[in-house]
Amino acid sequence: MTTIDKTAHVPAPRESVSGDGPLLDVRDLHVEFHTRDGVAKAVNGVNYTVSAGETLAVLGESGSGKSVTAQTIMGILDMPPGKITQGEILFRGQDMLKMSNEERRKIRGRKIAMIFQDALSSLNPVLSVGYQLGEMFRVHQGLSKKEAKAKSIELMDQVKIPAAAARISDFPHQFSGGMRQRIMIAMALALEPDLIIADEPTTALDVTVQAQVMDLLAELQREYNMGLILITHDLGVVADVADKIAVMYAGRIVETAPVDELYSRPAHPYTKGLLESIPRLDQKGQELYAIKGLPPNLTRIPAGCAFSPRCPKAQDICRTDVPPLVPVTEQDGLELVGRGSACHFWKETIHG
Amino acid sequence: MAELKKEPVDATPNVSAVETVDVATEAEAVAAIDAPVSQGEPILQVRNLVKHFPLTQGILFKKQIGAVKAVDGISFDLYAGETLGIVGESGCGKSTVAKLLMTLERATAGEVFYKGQDITKLSGRALKAVRRNIQMVFQDPYTSLNPRMTVGDIIGETFEIHPEVAPKGDRRRRVQDLLDVVGLNPEYINRYPHQFSGGQRQRIGIARGLALNPEIIICDEPVSALDVSVQAQVINLMEKLQDEFNLSYVFIAHDLSIVRHISDRVGVMYLGKMAEIGTDTQIYDHPTHPYTQALLSAVPVPDPSAREGRDRIILTGDVPSPANPPSGCRFRTRCWKAEERCATEEPLLAIPERFVAGSTPATHESACHFAEERDVVHAA
Amino acid sequence: MPDTTALKSTDASATAVDAPPATDTGPAPGKPRSLWSDAWHDLRRNPLFIVSMVLILLLAVMSIFPGLFTSASPREANLAEHYLQHPNWGHFFAPDWLGYDGQGRSIYARLVYGARASITVGVVVTLAVTITGLIIGMLAGYFGGWIDTILSRITDVFFGVPFIVGAMVILTSFEKRSVWVVILSLAFLGWTSIARVARGSVITIKQSDYVVAAKALGASTTRILTRHILPNAIAPVIVVATIALGGYIAAEATLSFLGIGLAEPTVSWGIDVSAAKDQLRNAPYVLVIPSVMVSITVLSFLMFGDAVRNALDPKMR
Repeated sequence: MTTIDKTAHVPAPRESVSGDGPLLDVRDLHVEFHTRDGVAKAVNGVNYTVSAGETLAVLGESGSGKSVTAQTIMGILDMPPGKITQGEILFRGQDMLKMSNEERRKIRGRKIAMIFQDALSSLNPVLSVGYQLGEMFRVHQGLSKKEAKAKSIELMDQVKIPAAAARISDFPHQFSGGMRQRIMIAMALALEPDLIIADEPTTALDVTVQAQVMDLLAELQREYNMGLILITHDLGVVADVADKIAVMYAGRIVETAPVDELYSRPAHPYTKGLLESIPRLDQKGQELYAIKGLPPNLTRIPAGCAFSPRCPKAQDICRTDVPPLVPVTEQDGLELVGRGSACHFWKETIHG
Repeated sequence: MAELKKEPVDATPNVSAVETVDVATEAEAVAAIDAPVSQGEPILQVRNLVKHFPLTQGILFKKQIGAVKAVDGISFDLYAGETLGIVGESGCGKSTVAKLLMTLERATAGEVFYKGQDITKLSGRALKAVRRNIQMVFQDPYTSLNPRMTVGDIIGETFEIHPEVAPKGDRRRRVQDLLDVVGLNPEYINRYPHQFSGGQRQRIGIARGLALNPEIIICDEPVSALDVSVQAQVINLMEKLQDEFNLSYVFIAHDLSIVRHISDRVGVMYLGKMAEIGTDTQIYDHPTHPYTQALLSAVPVPDPSAREGRDRIILTGDVPSPANPPSGCRFRTRCWKAEERCATEEPLLAIPERFVAGSTPATHESACHFAEERDVVHAA
Repeated sequence: MPDTTALKSTDASATAVDAPPATDTGPAPGKPRSLWSDAWHDLRRNPLFIVSMVLILLLAVMSIFPGLFTSASPREANLAEHYLQHPNWGHFFAPDWLGYDGQGRSIYARLVYGARASITVGVVVTLAVTITGLIIGMLAGYFGGWIDTILSRITDVFFGVPFIVGAMVILTSFEKRSVWVVILSLAFLGWTSIARVARGSVITIKQSDYVVAAKALGASTTRILTRHILPNAIAPVIVVATIALGGYIAAEATLSFLGIGLAEPTVSWGIDVSAAKDQLRNAPYVLVIPSVMVSITVLSFLMFGDAVRNALDPKMR
């Protein structure tokens, strides 16, 4: 059984595959940055869980804290200026924030791997891709050069790079954007991690290539039964691959839901606004609904609900009390599994 | 307005003869450029536009060893008051088209007629007059505003360059009016760009584009750098301004949903060529070119219920290098319909023969030997 | 196209195009902040900057009004009374405070009067190389093509000449080696690093969208260079120039020490160090004191340059 929010006890949309609790359990995480303009509160109490074989999409705009959360999980947050002020990150029940650097390094890469947006700057330009892939096996598994090379070719085949054996000694810049992203996926997969965090993995790619890469990622995830955290701002990509979604705004999760429910019946005005503001491919539509105003400055997050200055439904209470993430139910009180909303007026939003 | 626009839509071959205006002097050219154009008339006519960037070798004595064929012979019309969307993937040449229309790059061959004047051959005062009428909105609001200048200076600079547009004493008020028009507080006139968010900066960029009262605005990915919730604001603003100032837009973007929303007509580019062009309904609901179909089918739709029912075409491979494009049809290396004919004979952009007789939405220009209709956007 | 008409109707609700609220999410309520004022804001809080600034101001005043610091003359030699008289550490700012040199001259007075040569050389050389380097770098970077090829090759040739050796060659060809000759010899070879930095930053900036936007508006080349390129390209140049300033002061001292820079009767720390090297064993302070002064001066300018770089570095903001 997985839970999304410890305080609110919102049950997860489905049973975890491994059966022995979630793979990753982030609890009440707070991260801030000390900048010239003051303290930027990037993450303000985030809770989420991912189980084996499950895809959690973390959806948010820039400054929502979605990437900072991921960096904190990976242990690659720049500190300073970043600072973890509160919270736990449990990986298979163990708090990674309390581990020694050595223990964390063993998890990073081997158990949790990350895929970045920009493959070109994430790969070392002066080393061949074969060397970089093989390094994973040589360092972590102590394989010989020859064995590592064979494994690398196998891996490149698996991510569907044509003529893998011939291209193994090529350098990153000799590959196209889509191919480089495949190499990054291969590197992330090399040690067969339990969890992959993909931070905007297809944002830099063209639409036709984007579809190829997302398909590959989904296929590999099924094959290895990995957990996947997909961080993105693209509502379309999320709809295509996610199982459950956490929507972030100003460092908080404002809504969680299984993927179908979020799109058909959003329970938070922000989610609702986002869905209404994107134009559709399959119909012309009228004037777009636009959420007024701008995302908040993280050094001066509005009091109460951070979305209240932009919210069409905001009342006085929204400007004073921070709404907790509460379970969402049907009108008759029937529990909607896996759903939560951090809105004082979620009932009106979903049922109104 | 709809009636007026119907005409160009049904018009047969795009590449009609262009009426050129014979001008003897620069002053006459300026006069022709400043003359008004009525609704529904083509305001911009692009004919066989080509831009090749030479590839050179050597440091002191550069030797040309080839060329990147960024734009390789495209033709289209832009009508007064309409929005023409241009979509395509990176490297298809759509941004080069923007630069050519702005005469920021010199065309290798071909013409761009603006009110009968070929702007690719203009210079001096006549070119300056064209620039007053064709303006641009840039993709990245973080790099398109000079960080050392205030908002007032950035927008006001347009009047310094074209002093005839606004008398000196009037300029500050004009700038404040423009800020107001794009939805910014006029009191922000002395702020610097880095004090604004991305969406606000893009509004400043739009205000700069509007300052000279242009007739055409070329928008190169104007919202792709913005947050989702801010994109809609900027799109709505651009639509409002189009109505208010009777602007014609060339809207270049890779986001097909946004292009459909804002455009009256859409052109799909692939590797420096126009693959297909038509009204938004013709392109999105009745595409006949395989590339358009693949492109549309790959767009993730924000609707999980459509996950299963949609017709998905996953293309293999990558876009070939524009320095060495395939012979014949440029798309043939990734096309599932490709036959021998595609490698030898280049398909021309025209209404495919099989559709010429009819008047269905499939009757629009498509550069494919085997054009056929296929709806990939709507779930089965 | 019925859908288009609906879309284009002017009376479509305009509510969605609301101006962003000025109060809560707009720019900071403060005053307009240029990047320079932000940098100044940073500098004021940087102790490194404050210390170096105080030292530099002190040196500047010293070089303009040496009489404010000492009543003694740097050239008055009294061998009979003061030959290598040891410092009298308790007599602050008195002529005998730091002792007397091998010709019976007040070391303190020479220290004060020597500032002028060092600061003049440092400041004037820096100004000269900045202006020359900026012009050459901007022309090469902005116009590119054969102009760039020619200017860059010339820069490379000058860059290839070892700085001190090159200056020595120039200096030895002059009979009378005044401050201005030293300045000329240093500036003649020093502009290359500035030109390279300026060229690099101009090349980056000329590709930026705001320069393209200015071109699209029909702005003239002069306007683009002065309004858009120069103000943005100058920050890294200023950083390199302030750091180089310390180097020029050190170079002047080095040349003077070698006996080919400034010459008597000009008062210079370098000359003093050179003259003191024979008495190192019995009167080390004669050598040490001007050397320390050179070090402090060079260090102040280096720290100043460092602080300015930190404040202007765009990666920090």
